[in-house]
Amino acid sequence: MTARVGVVTFPGSLDDKDAARAVGLAGAEPVPLWHADADLKGVDAVVLPGGFSYGDYLRCGAIARFAPLMSELVPAARSGALPVLGICNGFQILCESHLLPGALTRNSSLRFVNRDQALRVESADTAWTGDYAEGQEILVVLKSGEGSYVADEETLDELEATGRVVVRYAGGSPNGSRRDIAGIANEHGNVVGLMPHPEHAVEALTGPSTDGLGFFTSVLSRLTAGTPAHA
Amino acid sequence: MARVVVDVMLKPEILDPQGQAIAGACSRLGFEGVERVRQGKRFEVEVEGEVDDAKLADVRRLAETLLANTVIEDFEVRVH
Repeated sequence: MTARVGVVTFPGSLDDKDAARAVGLAGAEPVPLWHADADLKGVDAVVLPGGFSYGDYLRCGAIARFAPLMSELVPAARSGALPVLGICNGFQILCESHLLPGALTRNSSLRFVNRDQALRVESADTAWTGDYAEGQEILVVLKSGEGSYVADEETLDELEATGRVVVRYAGGSPNGSRRDIAGIANEHGNVVGLMPHPEHAVEALTGPSTDGLGFFTSVLSRLTAGTPAHA
Repeated sequence: MARVVVDVMLKPEILDPQGQAIAGACSRLGFEGVERVRQGKRFEVEVEGEVDDAKLADVRRLAETLLANTVIEDFEVRVH
């Protein structure tokens, strides 16, 4: 049976189509989910895509957190049962929802950063990175104005000690993120958020590489193997 | 109708590049003696009737639920 991966559209989502396309290229069935429906349609995993949900009003992701769909998603994600990938605005939503610790703040340069970005995979032990090798460098797209990851020292130390830093900016952070952190996971490894965009690096024609496809094939491998996220 | 003001500020340890840019503009504009600027948000919440302790507690709950992200921001609630 083909795994079904939901892609949520909020008002102001930009990259939902690209995310759905990446899901399809990885061999899963993309299922469109609507923010206002408190219905996950029985999907096996969910992608919260990039964009500017609710116009980024108040704070990025602050309003999206309270969308009806999130009331279904949050408990399933928190329990470790439902794999969830938050990309860019999706990462901001996961932090605002307290599914992931810390927050994303304005880039230290105050400039929107839009470039091809090398990342180092630090953990292949999550639902979304199992097909990578730890230490592997991948090239994807970074495009964000509020991508500076911050958390208190204690939280950062805990993330490092428990292997929950998933990807780091190779060659230094372009946005002021603490400890060059580009993406993190929750304690179960089923929820991953990152600022760069793997879904824009899945085809040679349109991306800087096809390195991003690994996030989507990884979850498929995880779902097919039927193994629960590590505890 | 009464007005309750909620001030939201980044916590002191969180970098505020916007505040830094404003401080830079101050010196360029000749406002000498400005050492540091921190930028925050002010919300004016209008509530029905008089503000009592219960309504103030409601606004405080609103502030910590929605208006501020307490991971990176502090807030203050006061009757205007």
